[in-house]
Amino acid sequence: MSEPIVQFKNVHKSFGDVEVLKGIDLDISPSEKVAIIGPSGSGKTTIIRMLMTLEKITSGDIIVDGQNLWKMEKNGSMVEANQKHLRSIRGDIGMVFQHFNLFPHMTILENCMTAPIHVKKEEKTEVRKRSIQMLERVGLGDKLDNYPNQLSGGQKQRVAMARALVMRPKVMLFDEVTSALDPELVGEVLEVIRDIAKNDDMAMILVTHEMDFALDIADKVVFLDEGVIAESGSASQVIEHSQNERLQSFLSRFRN
Amino acid sequence: MDYVIEFIPQIARGLNITISVLIASALFAYIMAFFSGLCRLSNNVIVRKFTGFYVEIFRGTSLIVQLFWLYYAIPMLFGIQLGSNWWVGVFAIGLNYGAYLSEVVRTSILSVAQGQYEAATALNMSRFQRMRIVIFPQAVRMMLPEFGNYTIQILKGTSLVSLIAMSDILYYGDILRGSYQQQTPIIYGIVLVLYFILALPLIWLTKKGEKIAKKGVAS
Repeated sequence: MSEPIVQFKNVHKSFGDVEVLKGIDLDISPSEKVAIIGPSGSGKTTIIRMLMTLEKITSGDIIVDGQNLWKMEKNGSMVEANQKHLRSIRGDIGMVFQHFNLFPHMTILENCMTAPIHVKKEEKTEVRKRSIQMLERVGLGDKLDNYPNQLSGGQKQRVAMARALVMRPKVMLFDEVTSALDPELVGEVLEVIRDIAKNDDMAMILVTHEMDFALDIADKVVFLDEGVIAESGSASQVIEHSQNERLQSFLSRFRN
Repeated sequence: MDYVIEFIPQIARGLNITISVLIASALFAYIMAFFSGLCRLSNNVIVRKFTGFYVEIFRGTSLIVQLFWLYYAIPMLFGIQLGSNWWVGVFAIGLNYGAYLSEVVRTSILSVAQGQYEAATALNMSRFQRMRIVIFPQAVRMMLPEFGNYTIQILKGTSLVSLIAMSDILYYGDILRGSYQQQTPIIYGIVLVLYFILALPLIWLTKKGEKIAKKGVAS
């Protein structure tokens, strides 16, 4: 086993008085595909939002590629990370959102190109080439100069994935990326994720309600319930051999 | 009709003052608007409170009183001259409308969707890059129609400089009325039409701004 790329160590998170995560321990190795499942309100999305630095942690540690994400050393003691520290680490992480969050004032090609050029200071012609390749890969090579509001939801989500991939993250986070889509558009987005999962060696963490899909592509399934990891293991372990009643009843809702 | 032909050139002599005050005070107002609008979103409490104070004072009192303060009261109280009456007019109008417009700037920036901040963060942009590349361009589109509206207001506001002895079109109208009491309706009719003609390009720009705003923002 190689060193984990992401480690959660006893991570707690409260919103006001409500503790949503009650001590999360989770190791993710490079290129591992992890699906986080569980009832809504169980804190699935919060886990990956903390990793993307969109949500502060309340206590515990998140280690990314050997570095503590939310804490840094200052004069020999560990203090809360500042923006500079967060920036130095989160470049390894990419995220795709439920509501796409494309930049509406840019064409889809510009959406893909802006971060590599401005954030990573990469050379423009190379970024352009790579962005076009990526958009072709997600099947949108003919829409380069379109604006997001000219696309369907499924197309928008595919652009969002291309935009994240062009940054070459070591970890990709997918936050219920099909939940806001019309049912007939879900398939095309799942196809792209399946393609990424198969061909790219980055680690992936998926928060999803597409149960069959998640179980199909995930190396590890994590069942989150009431703020703790109630069950974790390979898809077959979790599905077929788990004795956890709440997991069984949760899964049964997806079978008919 | 003879009067109309006679009066128009006389009143039009004030156009250069009306237009120059309009342009200068509008530019000054825009600068104040962006400066104080951004300051009010600062993380620094003192900066925020201080600009908030400016905005509320200038929104909460009348432009004409502010003009008189800058022109008459401050020079007497502090023994400083704030410049020619043209500059005082530009300062007063610019500060006043800058205060209103700063609220437009502030609220437009705040109304950019939270998801845009998050996407920019996920792409590892710095706070400054996030503002410059993602938030600001979208906010500006939302500001355009309101900036058009307020610019038309500024045009109308320039007529107040006639009260600090500036020879704008209203000033020349008033002078003419002194000699031609009977023709008062014609005189003010001409003044009215001149303001309206000046406002036409601004109205057109505002409509244009509305179109741009509609196109660029909705995702």
